[in-house]
Amino acid sequence: MSMELSPRRSVLAPVGDYATQVWAVSAAEVTKLRHDPIELISRAVQPVLWLLLFGQVMAHVRGLSVGAGSYLDFLAPGILAQSVLFVAIFYGLSAIWERDLGVLHRYMVSPAPRSALVIGKALASSVRGLSQAIVIYLCAALMGVGLSFRPERIALVVVFIVMASALFSTFSLIIACIVKTRERFMGVGQFLTMPIFFASNAIYPISLMPTWLRAIARANPLSYEVDGLRTLMLSSGQSQFGLAFDLAALALGLCLCVVVATRMYPRLTQ
Amino acid sequence: MDASTAHSIRVDGSAVGGVVEARNLTRRFGSLTAVDHVSLSIAPGEVFALIGPNGAGKSTLMKMFTTMLPPTSGQAIIAGFDVAKAPQQVRSHIGYVPQVLSADGELTGYENMILSARLYLIPAAERAAKVAAALAMMGLTEARDRLVQTYSGGMARRLEVAQSTLHRPAVLFMDEPTVGLDPGGRRAVWAHVQDLRREIGAAVVFSTHYMDEAEEVCDRLALIAGGKVAAIGTPAELKARLGGDATLDDVFTQLTGVSGELGGATP
Ligand SMILES: Nc1ncnc2c1ncn2[C@@H]1O[C@H](COP(=O)(O)OP(=O)(O)O)[C@@H](O)[C@H]1O
Ligand SMILES: [Mg+2]
Repeated sequence: MSMELSPRRSVLAPVGDYATQVWAVSAAEVTKLRHDPIELISRAVQPVLWLLLFGQVMAHVRGLSVGAGSYLDFLAPGILAQSVLFVAIFYGLSAIWERDLGVLHRYMVSPAPRSALVIGKALASSVRGLSQAIVIYLCAALMGVGLSFRPERIALVVVFIVMASALFSTFSLIIACIVKTRERFMGVGQFLTMPIFFASNAIYPISLMPTWLRAIARANPLSYEVDGLRTLMLSSGQSQFGLAFDLAALALGLCLCVVVATRMYPRLTQ
Repeated sequence: MDASTAHSIRVDGSAVGGVVEARNLTRRFGSLTAVDHVSLSIAPGEVFALIGPNGAGKSTLMKMFTTMLPPTSGQAIIAGFDVAKAPQQVRSHIGYVPQVLSADGELTGYENMILSARLYLIPAAERAAKVAAALAMMGLTEARDRLVQTYSGGMARRLEVAQSTLHRPAVLFMDEPTVGLDPGGRRAVWAHVQDLRREIGAAVVFSTHYMDEAEEVCDRLALIAGGKVAAIGTPAELKARLGGDATLDDVFTQLTGVSGELGGATP
């Protein structure tokens, strides 16, 4: 049986097993997206509207000082971060849905460590985040945003999106484990997403905020994602906090969320 | 490590250290005691039925056996592992088909099987062959590439059985596996489960409120009412208690004051 030790198994075998179980969960999610890709496309409509409508209008506001580039340059990474957040925050709802359907039992009764299940789901959510990124890059390029396409920057953008998707989807999973029903989640989800979005540097700089809001924005992981994306996506990009600090902040938030979600996930099926 | 070596059979035939050992197992939800000091022992390879009306506590008992729900008090040892102390070990030695459908309707039968094969760490080189064999055993080869949402209830149940037994568990738990199926579907599920049992030698623990079904397939059964074990034994033993041509339903009514079948018929 799987747990039995045989002398030929290397010391690294448990790492491989763990990766297999994480991949089992992610691969199932990705397969479902392949069966029904319409969802990926329909989810991209909202951020495109933000860029086209909100971005065009706000670009004409005088006195909105956003640093070197245009407001549209400033906005594009913020909208990418926003769409990653909005997509990821639905993950808790789908966890409750899976519990109601019974599918979650299949995962919970398997010998896979709960953390592998949580990480597998989190990684799957980044596939959606990355597909949003492709659409937003295309749209921003057409609108004349000063994007950088240097490969090392694109690679780091991918890292930021994967981490942020994983972080916010796992956060959403925690909320789902607390509220447990779809109806309550819908209420709480709205209530949480908007403050995370508006108390961040996504659509205006932190320097414009009143002091109390600045403190919240500095504790908000979305601010670090936006800062990282702004630095990497734009050829004129300059980091406010430093890329290493941005990454560290996201990593810390992600670890915290995974630890908490790992403890709480089994509660959903009880 | 192999749990089956821990079991020996006493001269009188009862197992020492059965594959399922419950001692005073209890679960409360607030003031409600859903499972109340249940003690029972199930031998390796045995087919064991839990019978009782809705609300009797069958699902709650199963959830404790399968580590889905922690007991409030008491102990359960499954395949030699304590559900409270070694839940992950328990899970790698059991299969569980829950009362609600657990196969993913948005995946095909084959994709569902691959998901389980990975979760249960079936080596990559053996995955395809084992999955194909399991699907064949459950009569699902033709339907393997169809989305599960197009399956009949009986096909979906058989897929879940296949998903739950790829790793050759010591016990297969099934919670109301045939509820809502037509008689043909019920027979097919049981025929396939019996084939599987012959092949892998697992004990099967299932709950039902169909007395006739339980009597037909089980070696022994426990009558459950109000969270307690009202009686335990072979169908013949239990009927002999009342004498004459008593049915299991008569036994149930006699012991608990409620009709198992009638109580179970209301969903
Ligand atoms: N999560 C829960 N919270 C509160 N009460 C529960 C919960 N699960 C089950 N119960 C109650 O426990 C009792 C036994 O339920 P259950 O084990 O589902 O019975 P059965 O499977 O025999 O129909 C019922 O009264 C049910 O309402
Ligand atoms: Mg039940």
